[in-house]
Amino acid sequence: MTAPGATPSLLQAVPRVTGERRFRLGESQIRAWRKFRQSPLSMIGLSIIVVLLAVAIFGPFFVPYPRDATGALNIKEKLDPPSWQHLFGTDQVGRDIFTRVIVGARVSLIAGLVVIVLAFTIGTLLGAVAGFFGGRIGEAIMRLTDIFLTIPDLILAMAFAAALGPGLLNVMIAVSLVWWPGYCRLARANVVALKDSQFAEAAQSIGASRGRVLFTHVLPNAFPTILVKASMDIGFAVLTTAALGFIGLGTLPPTPDWGVMIADGRKYLREAWWFSTFPGIAILLTVLAFNLLGDGLRDVLDPRARRRA
Amino acid sequence: MSLLNYVLRRVLLLIPTLFGVTLLTFALSRIVPGDPARLAAGAQATPEMYDQIRQEFGLDQPLPLQYWNYLTGLFQGDWGRSILSRRPVVDDLRVFWPATFELVLVAMLIAVAIGIPLGIVAAVRADRPADQVSRVVALIGVSLPAFWLAILFQILFGLKLGWFPVSGRLAALAEAPETVTGLYTIDSLLRGQWSTFGESLRQLALPAVTLSLPAMATIMRFTRATLLEVLGQDYVRTARAKGAEERSVILGHALRNALIPTVTMIGLSFGWSMGGSVLVETVFDWPGIGLYATKSALTLDFMPIMGIALLYGFVFSIINILVDVTYGMLDPRVSRS
Repeated sequence: MTAPGATPSLLQAVPRVTGERRFRLGESQIRAWRKFRQSPLSMIGLSIIVVLLAVAIFGPFFVPYPRDATGALNIKEKLDPPSWQHLFGTDQVGRDIFTRVIVGARVSLIAGLVVIVLAFTIGTLLGAVAGFFGGRIGEAIMRLTDIFLTIPDLILAMAFAAALGPGLLNVMIAVSLVWWPGYCRLARANVVALKDSQFAEAAQSIGASRGRVLFTHVLPNAFPTILVKASMDIGFAVLTTAALGFIGLGTLPPTPDWGVMIADGRKYLREAWWFSTFPGIAILLTVLAFNLLGDGLRDVLDPRARRRA
Repeated sequence: MSLLNYVLRRVLLLIPTLFGVTLLTFALSRIVPGDPARLAAGAQATPEMYDQIRQEFGLDQPLPLQYWNYLTGLFQGDWGRSILSRRPVVDDLRVFWPATFELVLVAMLIAVAIGIPLGIVAAVRADRPADQVSRVVALIGVSLPAFWLAILFQILFGLKLGWFPVSGRLAALAEAPETVTGLYTIDSLLRGQWSTFGESLRQLALPAVTLSLPAMATIMRFTRATLLEVLGQDYVRTARAKGAEERSVILGHALRNALIPTVTMIGLSFGWSMGGSVLVETVFDWPGIGLYATKSALTLDFMPIMGIALLYGFVFSIINILVDVTYGMLDPRVSRS
């Protein structure tokens, strides 16, 4: 029986570990990297991410029209098609879309990373507690995830975003609040599978406290599958924050947000195809890159799930 | 445990979850920064008008009492009223739900009809070029921003080529078929209105295809994975050893078992597509729950949002129960515990 909302592939991805594998850079990690390197798709994903990170960090210093990212107006040049002056064309008030896509990369990646870090931390901690200690608190936590997972992601994110008000910070909080239950489920499943394993018993038998067994023995072994999920989810977090921006529940102007740019371009479908197209390609590349990375990581970190998904 | 007992138990377990959903959305609706009554009254409202609205919607009562009234109302079929349109939420849901249901249903049909055969091909040609291509296509399929793809479709197939209409459920002057199920395609068929049927299919084309892609990609990869797993099992080897043709081994022996977990995936995809339809409906101006949700969220009109969350929570849970029951019937090894 699958629990509501949990994908079977994730449930089946729980490793059956008998011996303890600590999550530490050692020989097995080097071997994993060699294996990761052999997959061209994973390497493409990793390369795109490296480029994206470089663009997000350094890009804003080198863009051709830095003022366009903060709300300059050049009405005379509005809706110009792509040219050498404006690689991706210009928008409805004559701002350079190339500049805004580059600066938008920083906004989007920050949003994606923050969402995942928050959701990962909240979810893993609660899930670990629920799985390891169980009892009433564990039960209460899992019932809470039921409630969250019953409402479709986007609807709940919209409700949170609307209730919190506009702005990048609020969007990030809204999406994290929607996503932590996924991590909670996964962490709990992993911890339950590992807590009775021999190494956990061994640690307990030599006098380690329950908390110590959980945090230094069980949880580190549960990390690989959770990390695989996290690496894929960064892309989807970028996608979801962009979707909220598109709907109109996201960042405030003039922050260059890919989703908001697509929404603005929608009003000029007939005369300016480039307006929505380029920010969309940026989102697609970002999400795809993190998916490729996650796919590759799963093959390496979680061999049991290799055939799946 | 008998099937009936099992279903009853699951439905009973639904109650606390849905109760939690109402509590969560109610809490959200009351932390909204803008005062809904102020918003509804408008900028020029006198204090009397403002007070009147607060009274009309019970916003002047203490919070626990407001929640209690909402909860008891739910059981009497009163899901509250939109503070902006003043219409009962239940009436709106009743109007918008068939549109969304039709869209998601057609999208899922497309996803299954294409996703499963492609998954079979990918599994049969595992690790060969066709499989690699399918992997990349599937990853692109789940990575595409639906709202963006929808816009590209509008530009290409709507504006440039003129093949399909770009918005709405029916052309501007067309008349909706008499309501039986609320699904225009089925209603028009029941009435024998062929032109309306064709028209509603044309309207459905772009939104349904857009919505189907992520589900199609997921179903395809999942079919591939489960089929590969089954193909490695002893009974498949036996079938091959006794000289069965490869075609009948795959389609006759392996596929039947491989599709069992896929059923689960299809059910889950249905739920996800309900969420995804928000974006697709917004772009294509499709008069369903998703568009209703967007409009309500943008105007901080929280009663409809609470209603939508509850409706979707209910539908999603029912789908989950159905999926688990089907799974149990298809696979006798699964115990209902």
